[in-house]
Amino acid sequence: MTDQSIIVDDVTHSYQTIAALSHVSFSVSSGDFLGLLGPNGSGKTTLFRLLSTLLPLQQGRISICGFRLPAQQADVRRCIGVTFQSPALDIRLTVMENLLCHAAIYGLSQTECRKRSSMLLERFQVKGSDKQIVGTLSGGMKRRVELARGFLHNPRVMFLDEPTTGLDLRSRMEFFQILREQQQEGGTTIVMATHLMEEAEQCSQLLLLDQGRVVDGGTPDDLKTSLKGDRIGIRCRDPQEVRDRLVRLIGSEPILAGNELVFRVANAVEVLSEITGALGSEIQSVQISKPSLEDVFLARTGRSLTEQENKA
Amino acid sequence: MSMNHGNTGLLMSASVALAKRELIRFFRQRTRVIGAIGQPVIFWILFGAGLRSSFQSPSWAIGLQRPLTYQEYFFPGIAVLIVLFTAIFSTISIIEDRREGFLQGVLVAPVSRAAIVAGKLLGGTTLALIQAGLFLVIGPLLSAVGLAPDFDPDWTLMRLLSAGLFLTLIAVELTALGFLIAWPMNSTQGFHAIMSILLMPMWLLSGAFFPGEKAGWLSWLIRCNPLTYGVAGLRRLLYAETLPSSPELPSMILCIVVTLGCSLMFFLICVRLTSRPAVSNVV
Repeated sequence: MTDQSIIVDDVTHSYQTIAALSHVSFSVSSGDFLGLLGPNGSGKTTLFRLLSTLLPLQQGRISICGFRLPAQQADVRRCIGVTFQSPALDIRLTVMENLLCHAAIYGLSQTECRKRSSMLLERFQVKGSDKQIVGTLSGGMKRRVELARGFLHNPRVMFLDEPTTGLDLRSRMEFFQILREQQQEGGTTIVMATHLMEEAEQCSQLLLLDQGRVVDGGTPDDLKTSLKGDRIGIRCRDPQEVRDRLVRLIGSEPILAGNELVFRVANAVEVLSEITGALGSEIQSVQISKPSLEDVFLARTGRSLTEQENKA
Repeated sequence: MSMNHGNTGLLMSASVALAKRELIRFFRQRTRVIGAIGQPVIFWILFGAGLRSSFQSPSWAIGLQRPLTYQEYFFPGIAVLIVLFTAIFSTISIIEDRREGFLQGVLVAPVSRAAIVAGKLLGGTTLALIQAGLFLVIGPLLSAVGLAPDFDPDWTLMRLLSAGLFLTLIAVELTALGFLIAWPMNSTQGFHAIMSILLMPMWLLSGAFFPGEKAGWLSWLIRCNPLTYGVAGLRRLLYAETLPSSPELPSMILCIVVTLGCSLMFFLICVRLTSRPAVSNVV
């Protein structure tokens, strides 16, 4: 048996003439938690739809749990669970009515459904909400019920598309704790699309996507340590004006992210005293940090994750 | 054998679960209950009262023992209108379901597309029958208490049961038609446009509202309209006397064949549409 849960090989997809994915290849080991990190429009959602059998495969090969798409689509559907950006819950139904409906679609009996859902609702801390109409639940609770719905039929692979959309930071962190518990206890392979760095940090493996291409991949730590030295971000009133002087002082080319010039340097403290001495009055702020995933993305694509988002 | 049985069982329970959801949704939205039956009943009363004196009996009604009143003539048409409205209301939700995400959740599940379509048809048909059945009771009652013009049908239980059976067939036909219109749409406004320019005229030109005999092209439209055969079949089943056949009032056999044939055809188109994974399914 292979321990590769998902194999994506040279997948290319386009909508009419617009290319959404080009030559994407990667694989996910059983039990891994893979994050697809990229700005909006990077092809995450397309990849997601291909994996969850919602879009026909145009080019390339995909296999999930050893089943090939599209030939073994029915088998693939049996082993995957999916939660979408917009929850698949019917807001006019109660939590239990939703879960029963979903269970019937997956061929689960009512008793099986009640047993699994009481376990999942308890684990996801929404116990006692089963008689509540979904539309009256808070955003965080809705997400957790949606997650319970996704795990109801005990899928071997779980796909989550921006699962925390609309949640505040605290609910988001709770959500991830629950998700990781489920992954560790159930041995579920998880693939999550996100454009948020703090979410990407939670994954065991990451794939950076930009403009339909895989630009890098690895564990979050590996990706960050692949960038040597420190990150030094300099904000000034007119970045263009001081740019050349900074380049001469620091001796490397910066990347412009918003109105911040980002350099990577071996010794940030030394550089700091040099630039404040030379350009003190023109600089608004200087920030020194270890490279983040955002920086990795910036280094690989020349664009920031958030910048893209604002444009879109 | 047992394997086969299991599959059918699964198909049934998924469809039943989806239909059950439709019913729960319907009864939680009170305005929908009023909307689907209220307007047709008001039409029946107002048009019945207004057009009673100017109604010209169709040629097939001339030899009848009991003269045909407009209230009677209009009755099966209103029952079909209720079914049409219910079908529209229950299939327009496909568009909302797609936008809200429910539909995607169903589409990624290992359930046959035929079962998904069947669930919708089962739900829509049940709702249509409940409401049309309600009208069959309310209509004569309203007349009896004087809120609607005179209407005194000569119904037997047998007649009502066969009419109910035929209404089921019409409901399946119209829900499947609504389904295949709603499926490729991405906005409810688009569906409303189709409703105004296709579905309402289809009802108007079905012999439901006026006989439309010897009216040239209009008569031809009526003859080509599949719903004409639904309204005519229901009219025959509800009327006490055996009605003669005419191009605008086809024979019972023809009514059954056309309505059954269209239901089946629409159903198969629906299954085909849903089986094709496409961008339009998800966006």
